[in-house]
Amino acid sequence: MIHTLWAIYRRELGAYFLTPLAYVFLAVFGFAAPAFAFHVGRFFDTNRADLAPMFDYLPWLLVILMPALAMRAWAEERDRGTLEFLMALPIPLWATAGGKFLAAWTMAALAIALTFPMWIAVNYLGEPDNAAIATAYLGTLLLAGAYLAVGQALSATTANQVVAFVLGAGAAFLLTMAGLPFVLSVLGASAPAAVTEFVAGLSALDHYNAFRNGVIGLADLVYFLGLIGICLTMGGALVSERRGGGR
Amino acid sequence: MLVADHLTKDFGPRRAVDDVSFTLERGEVLGFLGPNGAGKTTTMRMLAGALEADEGRASIAGHDCVAARLEAQARLGYLPEGAPAYPAMSPRDFVAFSLRARGFSGDSLKRAATLALERANLGGYEHQPIGTLSKGYKRRAALAAAIAHDPQVLILDEPTDGLDPNQKDGVRQLIRDMAPDKAIIISTHILEEVPAVCSRAIVIARGRLLFDGSPRELAELAPERQIEAAFRQLTLAPAGDGNTPEAAA
Repeated sequence: MIHTLWAIYRRELGAYFLTPLAYVFLAVFGFAAPAFAFHVGRFFDTNRADLAPMFDYLPWLLVILMPALAMRAWAEERDRGTLEFLMALPIPLWATAGGKFLAAWTMAALAIALTFPMWIAVNYLGEPDNAAIATAYLGTLLLAGAYLAVGQALSATTANQVVAFVLGAGAAFLLTMAGLPFVLSVLGASAPAAVTEFVAGLSALDHYNAFRNGVIGLADLVYFLGLIGICLTMGGALVSERRGGGR
Repeated sequence: MLVADHLTKDFGPRRAVDDVSFTLERGEVLGFLGPNGAGKTTTMRMLAGALEADEGRASIAGHDCVAARLEAQARLGYLPEGAPAYPAMSPRDFVAFSLRARGFSGDSLKRAATLALERANLGGYEHQPIGTLSKGYKRRAALAAAIAHDPQVLILDEPTDGLDPNQKDGVRQLIRDMAPDKAIIISTHILEEVPAVCSRAIVIARGRLLFDGSPRELAELAPERQIEAAFRQLTLAPAGDGNTPEAAA
């Protein structure tokens, strides 16, 4: 059955490059990531040979750009009527959802890889901890995957890609905000400690920060992979529901 | 080869398909006729495993379309209503995707894709994005994807819609060529198509099966002995006037 996953993956990845989407996406990401680091993160002013200024701002870039990749996953299929063609192919739903996700994740990985001039720059300017940088890149990739999976699940709720984008970006924003100190302090003042703790535990930013600090924690890995798994299953279930339901 | 057993489907309060049963054997070409909104497409979607019946069951080559969906769909070629296809893909890539999803690879994929594109008469357009093709070529690209894996059962929802007379003739000839070793269902509004390609006809209206027999038997229902007249007589008659399959047969 792995051939079905491969077929979907190939088609989806090809679809990004058959339209201007891949090129626009990669260009915007490749430009915006260093721009954030230089202008907002004051890359040179820190006088430190690391990529912290970039990794500080990457989550906010991902909040916007990952839903833009994920919005088409199911919404476009529904809008074009190709979902019916897909549903009549002998492909298990997990392979369709997984293939779509992996193709989008590959695009995200390509975009993240485009920040390599920054890595070359810090290595030229000083002696950074490259293991810590690699861990931070892994965290960025997992965070991107989580946002993509959330966006893909929400894309299954609508046939309109703009709606899918707004829902995806909103959900990714909330997921990121949940871990910010001021949100938790506001929540801590009015809600029981257990609720505050639960919300903090949901925060993608918290788990991302562990990677950003150079630590690969089992709990953080489980969080990201679990979130991806749950969201892909939810998206698949929503699509499967249509098979049993109405138009 | 194909069994529809008391298929029923509701969309909200509306019953789209109401207790439809028939079987289809290899070598038969079944014309699925009915006015707009009669339930043809919904029935075909249930047979294709793209929609689950509320009641009843369907099977293809002995495999249940819900419980053993993948096995059933592996033996099926399906052209959905409107012939949806990915506009940025070329017909060749679209057919290749459909074949790859069915386990084809390498030379066998290339051979099957080339044969299907030839049979669907894509001419020199097989490398052009589907979105830039005319309606007729787009439909033929989707048709090529439906027949490429040489399925035992073919379900074609309005395969000649939007084609010019020459293209229509080409598709009819293709269906006749494939007929001997497949079970084929085509839905159509074009009644002249029925005696030209179908060995059997089913008429459905308001979700109910009203006639199941040969095109000649269908024509003989009307005093004028014309399919058009028989179709009007069946589908315009008030519901429950006795034109049941049993009464018609």
